[in-house]
Amino acid sequence: MKKLTRRRLEESIALGFMYISLGLVTGALGWILLTLIIKGAPALTWSMVSQVPQGGFYLGKEGGILNAIIGSLYLALGGTMLALLFSLPISLGLNVYIHRKAKWALIVRSILDVLWGIPSIVYGAFGFTIMLALGMRASLLAGIITLALVELPIMIRSMDEVLRLMPRDIEHASYGLGATRIETAFRVILPQMLPGLVTAAMLAFGRGIGDAASVLFTAGYTDRIPTSLMDPTASLPLAVFFQLSMPYPEVQKRAYGAALILTIIVLLISILSRWIASRVSRYSVK
Amino acid sequence: MENHIQIRNLNVRIGNTQIIHDVSLDIPDGQVTAILGPSGCGKTTLLRSMNRFLELTEDSHITGEVLLDGKNIYDQDVDVTEIRRRIGLLAQRPFSLPMSIYENVAYGLRIHRVNNSRNLKPIIRHYMELAGLWDEVSKRLHEPATALSIGQQQRLCLARGLALEPEVILADEPTSALDPISAQHIEMKLQELKEKYTIVLVTHTLRQARRLADHVVFMYLGEVVEQGSAKEVFENPQMERTKAYLQGSIG
Repeated sequence: MKKLTRRRLEESIALGFMYISLGLVTGALGWILLTLIIKGAPALTWSMVSQVPQGGFYLGKEGGILNAIIGSLYLALGGTMLALLFSLPISLGLNVYIHRKAKWALIVRSILDVLWGIPSIVYGAFGFTIMLALGMRASLLAGIITLALVELPIMIRSMDEVLRLMPRDIEHASYGLGATRIETAFRVILPQMLPGLVTAAMLAFGRGIGDAASVLFTAGYTDRIPTSLMDPTASLPLAVFFQLSMPYPEVQKRAYGAALILTIIVLLISILSRWIASRVSRYSVK
Repeated sequence: MENHIQIRNLNVRIGNTQIIHDVSLDIPDGQVTAILGPSGCGKTTLLRSMNRFLELTEDSHITGEVLLDGKNIYDQDVDVTEIRRRIGLLAQRPFSLPMSIYENVAYGLRIHRVNNSRNLKPIIRHYMELAGLWDEVSKRLHEPATALSIGQQQRLCLARGLALEPEVILADEPTSALDPISAQHIEMKLQELKEKYTIVLVTHTLRQARRLADHVVFMYLGEVVEQGSAKEVFENPQMERTKAYLQGSIG
């Protein structure tokens, strides 16, 4: 009888901790979101999302931030696509082509984990150095490449963790039919793990679109919408940063508006990609 | 009677554990060879050496020869995908591929480009009929394979393996995860298929071996203790261990 109460107590304490953590975290995140909405929603006008800034950016109370919206979409989508181009082969290589416990796979993983933790300003500075060496100006292209570098460790390691969960028996069923590794990777493993892989790509995209430091030197900032890869481009995180540091409340309000737009973009793309993944993965083996 | 597969001095070590000790045996053509023995005696490992599945296991070391029609499948110039096409594997539990019922059978045909015709349906129908599945699934070919029952999925696995026109079927306790009716279904199919294929059956169930086997291999602790025709081994076992196993005192 005494033992039973002790075990029940353990259960309630554990449950208590879970609720407290959940409450604190959702509370804090909810607060941030609420601040964004309260301060940003009044600034969300049609002209905000349909026009470029008018009458000089730093003091600009007119016009909108279309330049930053388009710029951020170009930068983050471009960076994510570029990162995807390298992440898929690398994570597949780590999981399909070499034994997963191989020593150098372990080394690759550790390096990627370290890269994940490096502040993005360092990537920005690195990108800037390379730009200078190549004689390039701050441009959309330089921004995309730098963002891809920021996103790569996140995307590779998340995809790697997803692919490690691939049921070996299903993979082996494919080998049993005489499939090669590449056939198995593309026809069996990718369809089976697609929802997880989409989440991994989204994680990297979210980091990319919200990152200010890496595009600060590399993509630059401008009031115009870029028309070529060599043009400099604005971005939402930098729009938030610049406007928030102005001493005028009207401009600061627009910073919150820009942050709210950024949040909504991430939300929309996340919902869209999940929807697509669920459509494609109706055949995956549960 | 020809020997379809000959194993010569096979040793298998996984990590530091020796699983198979110097095994030599002959698998006769067009018969059912049952590999019997208590759990952990190396039956499955032996089976998986025959389609080079062991190399998918980390840290496995294989020496010796496995000859398919006289050619060592471990030779450098042998294409492993071709070996696995010619030697099909039916696993303990069915593992459907993440695609539709139809595509599960079409998969092997597509990767091996067995048939160039656009319309695979008649071919797929043929093999599903051969596996005794067609009538149950003909109206739901484009549903996910996992929508089928376990027994049906095992027949689907049989159909997708047969579609590659293998010469040998390796069956690794193919009925152990199935309900009795589905198990009987699979057993009957194997019975029919032995007309055309060489079948190697690993089984736990003595009665199943008695029903199906023409040739019996008895293994114990990674060694082949006795092999011979089913009649000889079941009725007149030569070795003490075989006798004990057949009587149920070991295993």
